[in-house]
Parts: sequence; C-alpha cells; structure tokens
Amino acid sequence: MRPPRRLVRAAALLASAGLWQLLTSQHVRLWVRFDHLPTAVEVWRAFTARLGTAEYWQDLADSLRRIGGGFLLAAVLGVALGVLTARSRWAADLLGPVLEVVRPVPAIALVPVAIMLFPENEQGIVFITCTAAFFPVLVATRHAVRAVPPLWEEAVRTMGGGRARVLWSVVLPGALPGVVGGLSVGIGVAWICVISAEMVSGQFGVGYRTWSAYTVLDYPGVFVGMATIGVLGWATSGTVELIGRRLTAWLPPAAAGRSAAPAPVRPAPAVRPARQEAGV
Amino acid sequence: MSLRLTARGLCLGHPGHPVLDGVDLDVAPGEVLTVVGVSGGGKSTLLRALAGLLPPLGGELLADGRPLRGPGAERALVFQEDGLLPWRTVRRNVELPLAVRRTPRAERSGPVADWIGRVGLAGLERRLPRELSGGQRQRVQLARALVGAPRAVLMDEPFGALDAQTRAAMQQLLLSVWEKERCTVVFVTHDVDEALLLGDRVAVLGGGTVAAVHAVPYSRDPAARSEPAVAALRELLLAQLSGAGRPVPEEGSP
Repeated sequence: MRPPRRLVRAAALLASAGLWQLLTSQHVRLWVRFDHLPTAVEVWRAFTARLGTAEYWQDLADSLRRIGGGFLLAAVLGVALGVLTARSRWAADLLGPVLEVVRPVPAIALVPVAIMLFPENEQGIVFITCTAAFFPVLVATRHAVRAVPPLWEEAVRTMGGGRARVLWSVVLPGALPGVVGGLSVGIGVAWICVISAEMVSGQFGVGYRTWSAYTVLDYPGVFVGMATIGVLGWATSGTVELIGRRLTAWLPPAAAGRSAAPAPVRPAPAVRPARQEAGV
Repeated sequence: MSLRLTARGLCLGHPGHPVLDGVDLDVAPGEVLTVVGVSGGGKSTLLRALAGLLPPLGGELLADGRPLRGPGAERALVFQEDGLLPWRTVRRNVELPLAVRRTPRAERSGPVADWIGRVGLAGLERRLPRELSGGQRQRVQLARALVGAPRAVLMDEPFGALDAQTRAAMQQLLLSVWEKERCTVVFVTHDVDEALLLGDRVAVLGGGTVAAVHAVPYSRDPAARSEPAVAALRELLLAQLSGAGRPVPEEGSP
C-alpha cells in the first residue's frame, strides 16, 4: 500500500531542509557558493526566537491586513468588471482599451504612482496589491463568462427571467469555476506584490522586516522572512483553493484537484446553503 | 388553457441568409404537432422562434392571435441535452421556473415534489445532474418545463440522444403527462417513427419552408404502425424528407 500522501509531502519538505543543512554546514562551493548562507539549523533557531517576539506577529498582522484588503478589493472589482466587459459591448469598448494598456505594467512599477496618489504608504501598498491581483481575476472572469453555454441562459430566459435573473442564476454560478482559477492566481501575485511593495516603501510588515534584516547583515533573519512568506502564501492560496473547491463541488470529480487539504466527504451538504442563497 | 401558435409568412435566420422563409403554420390549442426535417433544415430555428429567443426577420408570429414578443413562461422549452443547470440539484432545477417568477418559497415545494414524482424521480431530489443518467436528466427537464403549468411546451429533439429503450419509455411518459395536461406541444425530431407516434399532425420542413403538414391517423398507438394508412404516411414522409433540399448530408438518421 502507498504511504499516506501527507506523510510523503512532509517528508519532501524535511528532505529539502536536510539538503540545505548539508550544503551550508559543509560550506559547499561549487559554482554557486553555499558557505555564506545560514544553515537550516541557524534559520530554525532564529525562527523560533522570532516567534516569541511581539514584533513578529505585528509584522504578520500588517502584511495579512494589506493583502487581505487588496485581494478582496481586487476580487470584487475583477469579477464585477470581468462580467461587465464580457456581457456588455459598451463596457468592452469603453473599459477594454484602458484595462489592456494598464495590464502589462507590472504592479510594482506603480510604486511611484502610489506614493504620489495616496497620503499614506499603507494605502499605496494596498493599491499595488489590489492592482496586481485584479488583472488575473478580471481576465479569468471575462473568459469564464464568455464560456458559459448559451443554452443555460436561454433556459432561464424562456422561464421569463430578465437580465438580473440571468446574471444571478446563470452567469455568476456558471462562471465560478473560471473565477476561482483567477482568484487562485491572483492571491499568488498579490503576495509577490505586497512583499515587494513593503520592501520598497513599507513600514513594518514581513517584506519590510526581511529587507531590513538584509541591510543589517542578519542573514538568518532574511531566511526567517522568506520562510514566513512561503508559509503564509501557501496557507492563503490553500484557503482560496479550498473555498473554491467547495463552491464548485458540482463539477465532475475529475476537474476538482486532489490536495493535502481534507476533501469534504460529502460535498453536497456543505455547499447547499450557498446554493440556496445564490438561487433566490 | 392551452396556447394557439400561428406563423404567417414567417422568415427566420440571419439577415440576408434566411434559414426558413414563407412559413405558414397553425398549431391548435392542446394539439401535439411534430416537426420533422433533415439536419440543418431549420427545425431548431423554428422552435427557438416560437420560444421567443429568435426575432423573426419577416412575417408574423402569433400566440393566441397576439404578436409574440420575446420569451415568456407560458411557453416552456425542453432542450436535447445539457439544458439543466449543473450546480443545481434535481429539486432546485425543477424549482427554477417558480423561483424566476417569484413564487413564494412555501408554494413551490408542492408542485416541485409533485412533478418530480410524476416523472418518476422521487428520492433523487438531492442529486446533481451529473449524478443522473441521460434519461433521468430528460425527466428532470420535463418536470422543469411543466412545473409552472405552461400553456405550450416546445421540445427540441428531447429524446434524440437516448438509447432506444429509454427513448420509448420517455415517449410514453410524455404522452401520459400530455393526456392529463393537454397543453399545446410542438415536438421537433428527425425520427419519422417518433413523429408519427406522438403527433396529431406532422409538419415536414424542407426547401427552407414547411413543405407539408399531414394529419396522423391512429396516432399514439404503437400497434397501429402496421396499419396501412400509417405505413403509407410513413413512406410518404420518408420520401418527402429524402426529396427535400438537404444543405447537410444526412448521416445515421433512422
């Protein structure tokens, strides 16, 4: 019998930490040099020490608040504008060109704009995070809305349903699997940008702390920051995935990915309240 | 209170490329009119126009003598397949027409349970469409079409994707439901035998219009298939179909 998948996954993490320890403690110098890097044990010690400080948790809360605000705003705006541009030719013609021109600009390149626009750094960081997550959500939503089979819409229209009913009962639930994909990408991009923005212009936050550790040559501190970002990023995208899977439990099982997250044993009851709300 | 559907000089399709032109058709209240024609002959186009999903390019389309404008709940549409919303359970799919017309929740459960029972799906209320067989899904569509007591039911090859046995069972189910409801039914099919079994009359689409309309002797009686009158009509229909203009070569049609 195969070992439990969680065990395999945990072992993979441990093995890579072990390899790290081996390379750094033996001062391996191939073409890349591991002798300047802190060992895994040093990082672990620094990490446990940091966990006991209030500062660490304050940084965590700051970063989470920024990404939470930016991502939620991006989700709402991205879905709303995605639906609008997919369903209305006027919206597509008026908003489409503007969005397409802004889209290739990396969100982190907006730092000067953010500094000029907003009275405080805090709002600028949320703005950058939001912009970063907005486009994946927008594009995914637009595609998903266009891909909703017209048959479903026609079914509701022949029942006498108007635009609002079609939107609420067909377009939004029908596009949800695609939207979830966009949200999943969006939360990942949001992390990249919140950390970068904190490094450039932040006061406090995991990104700021990681960069300031580097500037005072506290290399274990840099890795503590990186590990923190890694764990937080994994946890948040895992949460988005889990919620997304629950909301789209009606998809054929093959389409729903397997992961370490506990799959709902009976998906239907977990989803029913949401469905009822969506159907009114 | 079944609906009379009338087409006069109806022209349908894309501007400059009509699929159907000069269609004259009168579907009497409570009648079952079956429509046969080759693939690409405009059967679905006609049905979508009757449903109000496709505005006519020309001519008149009337419901009870009044111009038909847009879709409406008094004309229910049944699709060949995939017409159900896959995130809704059987019960909530059947409930949908009542939800759309804002029937209070308390008044929905009665008709919904009644119709799920009548199409033989009691006990499967909580299933999702993907957890049902093709025949069961069409039963749900039938229940969903009828739960709102429509005055006409428009069916677009609803049993076309089913195996022969399931199809026969669904035909009997449809007839038993119709016997009680007596709503107007327009039933599109490419199967001449199905058209003869179900229809009071059979309309033949060909050459971009209604080529002929035949009254069916002994309809709804499978045993009457051997009656000379039915056999003759069957031959006539097959001849008219093969003689009709065929934009798309016919394949695998029974």
